[in-house]
Amino acid sequence: MAHAPAVAHGGAHVTSTGTENRKLLMWIFLGSECLFFGSLIATYLVFKHQVIERGIGPFPIDVTIDGKVEHGIFDIPLTSTSTFVLLMSSVTMVLAVYGAHQHRLKMMKLGLLSTMLLGLVFLGFQVYEFRTFGHEGLNLTTNMFGATFFLLTGFHGTHVGVGVLYLGSLLAASFRRNGLGRETGEHVEIAGLYWHFVDIVWIVIFTVLYLIP
Amino acid sequence: MRAVLTARHRTGDRARPGTTRGLRRWAAPLALVVLALALVGCDAPMSTSEIEGSWNKEVWKPYWVILILAGIVFVVIMAATLVLPLMYRERPGREARQIHGNTKFEVVWTIIPVAIVLIMMVPTLDSVFKLDEKPPANALKVEVIGHQWWFEFRYPDLDVVTANELHVPEGRVVDYALRSVDVIHSFWVPQLAGKVDMVPGRDNRMAFSALRARAEPYLGQCAEFCGTSHANMRFRVFVHTAEDFDRWAKAEAADRVSSVSRTAEEAFLAAPCLGCHTVRGTDAAGIAGPDLTHIGARTTIGSGLLDNTPAELKRWIANSPAVKPGSKMPPMAQSAGGTLTDEQINVIIGYLQSLK
Amino acid sequence: MATIAGTLAQPTQSGVWSWITTVDHKRIGVLYGVTGFSFFLWGGVLALLMRTQLAVPNGTVIESDRFSQLFTMHALTMIFLAIMPMGAGFFNYMIPLMIGARDVAFPRLNALSYWTFLGGAMILSLSFLFEAPGGGWFNYAPLSERPYSDGLGIDFYVVGLLTLGLSSLMAALNFAVTIINLRAPGMTMMRMPVFVWMTFVISILLILALPPLTVGLIQLLFDRQFGTHFFIATEGGDPLLWQHIFWIFGHPEVYILILPAMGIVSEVLPTFSRKPLFGYPAIVFSGIAIGVLSWVVWSHHMFTTGMGSVPRAVFAVNTMIIGVPTGIKVFNWLATLYGGSIRFTTAMYFAVAFIATFTIGGISGVMHASPPVDSQHQDTYFVVAHLHYVLFGGAIMGIFSGIYYWFPKMTGRFLGETLGRWHFWLLFIGMQMTFFPMHFLGIAGMPRRIYTYDDGLDWGFWNMFATIGSYVLAVSLLFFIWNFFRSMRREPSAPANPWDAPTLEWGTSSPPPEHDFDAIYTVRSREPLWYDRDHGIAAPVATGEHIHLPPPSYYPILIAIGITLLGVGALSHLAISALGGVIAFYGVWGWALEPTD
Ligand code: HEA
Ligand code: HEA
Ligand code: HEC
Ligand code: CUA
Ligand SMILES: [Cu+2]
Repeated sequence: MAHAPAVAHGGAHVTSTGTENRKLLMWIFLGSECLFFGSLIATYLVFKHQVIERGIGPFPIDVTIDGKVEHGIFDIPLTSTSTFVLLMSSVTMVLAVYGAHQHRLKMMKLGLLSTMLLGLVFLGFQVYEFRTFGHEGLNLTTNMFGATFFLLTGFHGTHVGVGVLYLGSLLAASFRRNGLGRETGEHVEIAGLYWHFVDIVWIVIFTVLYLIP
Repeated sequence: MRAVLTARHRTGDRARPGTTRGLRRWAAPLALVVLALALVGCDAPMSTSEIEGSWNKEVWKPYWVILILAGIVFVVIMAATLVLPLMYRERPGREARQIHGNTKFEVVWTIIPVAIVLIMMVPTLDSVFKLDEKPPANALKVEVIGHQWWFEFRYPDLDVVTANELHVPEGRVVDYALRSVDVIHSFWVPQLAGKVDMVPGRDNRMAFSALRARAEPYLGQCAEFCGTSHANMRFRVFVHTAEDFDRWAKAEAADRVSSVSRTAEEAFLAAPCLGCHTVRGTDAAGIAGPDLTHIGARTTIGSGLLDNTPAELKRWIANSPAVKPGSKMPPMAQSAGGTLTDEQINVIIGYLQSLK
Repeated sequence: MATIAGTLAQPTQSGVWSWITTVDHKRIGVLYGVTGFSFFLWGGVLALLMRTQLAVPNGTVIESDRFSQLFTMHALTMIFLAIMPMGAGFFNYMIPLMIGARDVAFPRLNALSYWTFLGGAMILSLSFLFEAPGGGWFNYAPLSERPYSDGLGIDFYVVGLLTLGLSSLMAALNFAVTIINLRAPGMTMMRMPVFVWMTFVISILLILALPPLTVGLIQLLFDRQFGTHFFIATEGGDPLLWQHIFWIFGHPEVYILILPAMGIVSEVLPTFSRKPLFGYPAIVFSGIAIGVLSWVVWSHHMFTTGMGSVPRAVFAVNTMIIGVPTGIKVFNWLATLYGGSIRFTTAMYFAVAFIATFTIGGISGVMHASPPVDSQHQDTYFVVAHLHYVLFGGAIMGIFSGIYYWFPKMTGRFLGETLGRWHFWLLFIGMQMTFFPMHFLGIAGMPRRIYTYDDGLDWGFWNMFATIGSYVLAVSLLFFIWNFFRSMRREPSAPANPWDAPTLEWGTSSPPPEHDFDAIYTVRSREPLWYDRDHGIAAPVATGEHIHLPPPSYYPILIAIGITLLGVGALSHLAISALGGVIAFYGVWGWALEPTD
């Protein structure tokens, strides 16, 4: 047959759906990730009220126990800032993808680099937040709030970290040879899918944990 | 070693000629056709098909409906898988009919299962809600507390605390509060009722009555895997007439009444026992093990594992983990690494036996 | 070395190294299949030990804790190390062939899944050398927590399952993409063989079901290693959370186990009835419906945990409804037999027996879908009977049917039919003897997971009966093993399509060449080979085009070793984890830079 499609590797070849294999893989994988973060968020919600009922602090938000006000340890302005940073990284990621598709090597490199830097800044914020919480007496074992909070945001942070490495490997690859291979556009776009996903998950976490009382 | 575990349920009034029992066993293969027959043939001491409690009565309402429907589906499908292949086996001249489907049939065999399922749902849902109904105000309150690997029973309104042998009046609804102090256990007396788990941190409830008083106890068993001696976590339920029950409860609520000498009691109190066991009226107030205030009145020890005889008590106290793997009661005899001599144990046994 | 121009001959590779570095889906399929079957025998040996202990009241063969390890490892071995990999073996071998492709979408990822699976299987099984997990396969908290299980056993469970989950996830992603993207021209979704459809549903189920399990395992790991209390009530945790998480995974999982068998049977029945599958769309859609419904029934494993009556009612209704799509399948299979001209090969025997035994298991399933009824069934041998009827009578029967059916395709040799008959009948009788009495035992009140029971409870007779049955099963498997080795010593003699089957895998030689098809088929019907035969369309001929085959790679096994060491380190020394991390990282690096052209 003239258009034998079933070629056995992930290159830009004809596929039954027209979507490139690796991109499809990433989409489905992100579906799996939804359930992963969904389970972690669900665990957080399960224990949310119970934490306050048991009365063992620190608490995420201000609560009144036996007439005494216990101050919550969430610092909304700080976390809003870090959320904004992560949001911006999605913008720079879009630039990187655009650059890769348009064969504008410089733009792509710049986009990747700034996305990575913004990701690192976000991680810096997270490290700072974790440390502050630690000083205020909240750690993994203090109460169920600590356990669920650190597990959830910790795994999100890990995802950001992996994303930074992922983008870093693309950036490193773009310094080789001419920098823009036949498939670079696809590669960067797929990485972009991942990055945007991690970003969106954070928006959900931020909303559910920090904003909804 | 294992031969140890033969504390046998009392055969009592259900002694049957061996031959009928044998017959019943052999009748079962025939019952293969409809499971229902097998159930009729089952009257084992822990049979779930015996209706001796109000809960079981409720269970069997949907059970019969489902069983009959299941039997029909079973017969039809078994017949079809047997007959169709035989009818249509390859023969010279036979051509397979190239049919791809038939909407009419497909609709029919979608509707039939739907109908079956609907019929099963009605009594099921009815029973689900009935079994969860609030017990009447005069219900007897009993707290059942699971421990690895024994049951504690408390009657908060009667001031009774006992273990491994539950006593209830016939016909009166009992409101059970089910708890656990360690892992998940499950409270189950097959002839009376289904099971409800005892989950740490939760307050599970179930309510049912035993339908009739009977000399022979009902057998219960922990039904959720809970570690080493899950298999040995058994208990018994005695169903009395109302008067008998009151008599029992009054005796049980009282402090210990010991007919033996004070020195025996002192020997007991000098031993390590009081760290874990309570004997009301004495200094022994431990809570890690079963309440022993009226241990002499129990028929079994070790959660239904051994008969309550001096010889068995001796084996238990000397080295309980050897009788019941994993038992949280450490060996007591010097020979097994404990602190007590044979004589000391004998004195203690005499004392325990006297605690009626 | 990779691209072969013009001619289609691939230098045949042999030797251990070629198996280690292979990225050929057929070889990986064989690896999965053989490994899975070996673990099936091992899991069976564990079962025989249990049956021996339970043969008589107050048995003295195996002591309490060892018995717990036996039923835990028996279930884990059968489910994760036998049925799932044997299913994966068939997916690997058959899916590309059935959709007319030359390989899976990601050959190296495929190899990585297998080696990671092997690593996880080793971790789990070698636990016997230290301390095997003994908390049951669903490992309820808080029994699985430090205060109640202090040894290494539960840690083996956690690390082993995490590793196996990673492997399954990679495999599932691969198959989902392969099926969506690599179909031959004309192979629309509604022309795919049912086996391919079921694989697709399973892949999606795995992709969605594994994350909750992963989260649960991580939480348990944190509880045990880092002092959190997710499942410890006294510290604010919730033991039932584990049950919810486990069964949200666990129920889809049981359909993950049965759907391959349903797919196989849907291939075997039409082939040997010599007529198309009856009601193909209904079978496909009911498969999808089962997949969807499997997400809303998990709490039927928790009817006795004291959930309120409303959730119990809801889950009861959902669970019963699952009987409807399954019933549709059963009826369509029976209708496929109707009007046929049935050839009774061993494969066909297994397929027909599958319908009967699976239905028995399904019926008992529907029985305990009723919460009041389940209050008497839960945790008794009635459930053990149910699960073996669907798992042994369903999944294993289906897999044997597939083995007899595809053996000629995979090896070019036939399995002996006479020995096959012996195997079948002994297995069938042994299976009924072993598992049917368990219904009686359950009704007679025998709890599961007890290593001993008293006499005088009327359980002795049927237990002895079941034990004898399990030995009959063992004998039947010896016949199969004999049959296998006997066939493998023979010369290959199977033609391309010995059964005159309709699907594409039979459109290439037996065994297929490394590139699967000399030329890619164009599919015009749901039964492409029958259509071509009846319309006088000749098989496509090779055009001499370039066929690209991915080169072998040792990075997959390297990464898998790294991942396994990461896990082993979590059980012993973090230094080993660090080493594993370095190896895995090096592997990924090499993998990324390795040319695939
Ligand atoms: C291959 C695996 C598999 C499959 C396919 C099934 C299928 C089903 N299972 Fe089963 N199940 C298990 C594996 C499986 N199960 C395991 C391993 C456990 C125990 C876990 C453990 O505790 O260790 C378990 C336990 C289990 C329980 C919990 C029991 C308990 O612990 O108390 C329940 C309760 O509802 C249940 C229900 C069902 C139902 C309703 C189906 C349905 O899908 C069945 C549908 C099929 C049919 C109904 C037959 C064909 C239909 C017809 C011929 C149509 C007409 C019939 C009717 C409408 C009734 N299963
Ligand atoms: C996945 C499928 C699966 C399969 C195929 C089986 C197969 C078998 N199972 Fe199992 N079983 C489960 C899944 C499965 N089981 C699960 C999930 C549980 C619940 C566990 C839990 O409670 O946590 C369970 C529990 C379970 C119990 C209950 C334990 C208890 O609750 O105390 C029993 C008891 O009889 C049992 C028996 C058997 C037997 C006799 C077989 C037989 O069919 C086995 C047949 C195989 C053989 C007999 C092997 C033959 C071996 C040879 C021929 C040797 C050859 C040797 C060499 C070549 C070296 N199983
Ligand atoms: C460290 C705690 C501990 C000590 C000390 C201890 N026991 Fe126990 N005992 C237990 C526990 C726990 C059980 C329940 C074991 C089981 O059934 O699994 C038990 C059970 C018993 C029973 C059976 C009760 C029943 O209802 O089944 C008797 C009798 C008994 N102990 C007597 C004694 C005597 C006598 C001593 C002292 C010589 C003693 N125990 C010391 C913990 C202890
Ligand atoms: Cu307690 Cu099982
Ligand atoms: Cu289920």
